Amino acid sequence: MLKTRIIPCLDVKDGRTVKGVNFVDLRDAGDPVALAKAYSEQGADEICFLDISASEEGRGTMLDVVNKTARNCFTPLTVGGGVRSPDNVIALLRAGADKVGINSAAVADPDLIARCAARVGRQCVVVAIDARRTGDGKWEVFTHGGKRGTGIDAVEYAELVCAKGAGEILLTSMDKDGTKSGYDIELTRLVASRVTIPVIASGGAGTIPHLIEGIQETGATAVLAASIFHFGEIAIEDAKREMQAAGIPMRIEEN
Amino acid sequence: MQTVALIDYGAGNIPSAQRALEVAVERSGLSCGLIVTDSPEKIAAADRVVIPGVGHFKDCREAMFGVSGLVEALEDSIHKKGRPVLGICVGMQLMADLGLEDGETPGFGWIPGKVEHIPTDPGLPIPHMGWNELVVRTAHPVLEGIQTGNHAYFVHSFHMHCANPSDLQVEVDYGGHITAAIGRDNVFGTQFHPELSQETGLRLLTNWIKWNP
Repeated sequence: MLKTRIIPCLDVKDGRTVKGVNFVDLRDAGDPVALAKAYSEQGADEICFLDISASEEGRGTMLDVVNKTARNCFTPLTVGGGVRSPDNVIALLRAGADKVGINSAAVADPDLIARCAARVGRQCVVVAIDARRTGDGKWEVFTHGGKRGTGIDAVEYAELVCAKGAGEILLTSMDKDGTKSGYDIELTRLVASRVTIPVIASGGAGTIPHLIEGIQETGATAVLAASIFHFGEIAIEDAKREMQAAGIPMRIEEN
Repeated sequence: MQTVALIDYGAGNIPSAQRALEVAVERSGLSCGLIVTDSPEKIAAADRVVIPGVGHFKDCREAMFGVSGLVEALEDSIHKKGRPVLGICVGMQLMADLGLEDGETPGFGWIPGKVEHIPTDPGLPIPHMGWNELVVRTAHPVLEGIQTGNHAYFVHSFHMHCANPSDLQVEVDYGGHITAAIGRDNVFGTQFHPELSQETGLRLLTNWIKWNP
């Protein structure tokens, strides 16, 4: 049986993890390579890096971080942030990413998804959608880190990216992100019901029950979270055991 | 000293596979060098060969045939020299007679079978993406220490249907039976990614490095 995935997400800027990170016994908590390794050892099912570097130098450093991570943990790694072309995708895969996230550039040109999928296969192409609620049962796609509205309906856009060849959707609720009040269940359920590809719920996780409802009430096949794992509020092993106890199939390896 | 060649024909996540094979070589305790190459001469000279692969059946096949002499070197290695070959994901699928992803594309025909779309329930998302529980069907040296219930990481929409049930080594359940590993004579292949499957994956790669079919 396929297991539900827990995906810790790290924001990486100029080669360092940003947002405070507070791991016990981790000497250099700002080092994304060390963090990815620690999460991998704790049972993370995939790792996600979001590159928020503002400069070209920062982006170059990111390739190095990806390479070092790939050499240190044998867990699937998705890398997103600033990806604009199939060449960017290939550069990340060649550096050691296993999947690549595309956000703003896919909104500007949805055919980019098809071009990337044609080069590297759709399973490598994760389309990240940042959505904000605009009214009853309506969500709008935002780009550029949630700063720019697009007027595009998020559910229709999800169907479009699926048709263009995305292998997976990383769906973030802008309203919920950072609130620790739980995922946007209604949005996630709606998107998961309209596409045939896996959907990752993101934005708002603050407790283990949030992770559980993020799966059980939506049809998403993975939950992504950042701060609850970084600050050590929730250990991935504990989350997995509680999710399993709630009836969600989880990968718990007794090595 | 043995040489293991990891074929780099331009596709995919070579660094992950390379690093996992390096660890497998270390763990095997054997004197063994790893090269990443698309040179037919080097592949012909290698003691074992790994064919990685992500993406599209047809594209991967064309990329391999695009390197002059590569497929001939591989077939020579397998059929004449009897050397162990490991295919990963699409690298495994190419071992079939036929791929049915976007039309019909002939495979290498090393293990009889067809690569078909996953026969899933309509409600299950495709690609089949994530960790699934292995169901080990046979006692194969490459699977030593790997048990039913161990997890491996999958990401694919097509899988191989083996014509000979005895070639099926491991399967998983995803709305039906999915082929997870195949083996015949000196050829072995995994639909899952051992390089992304932590201990289970490293164990399989280490077994394969030590395997002398």
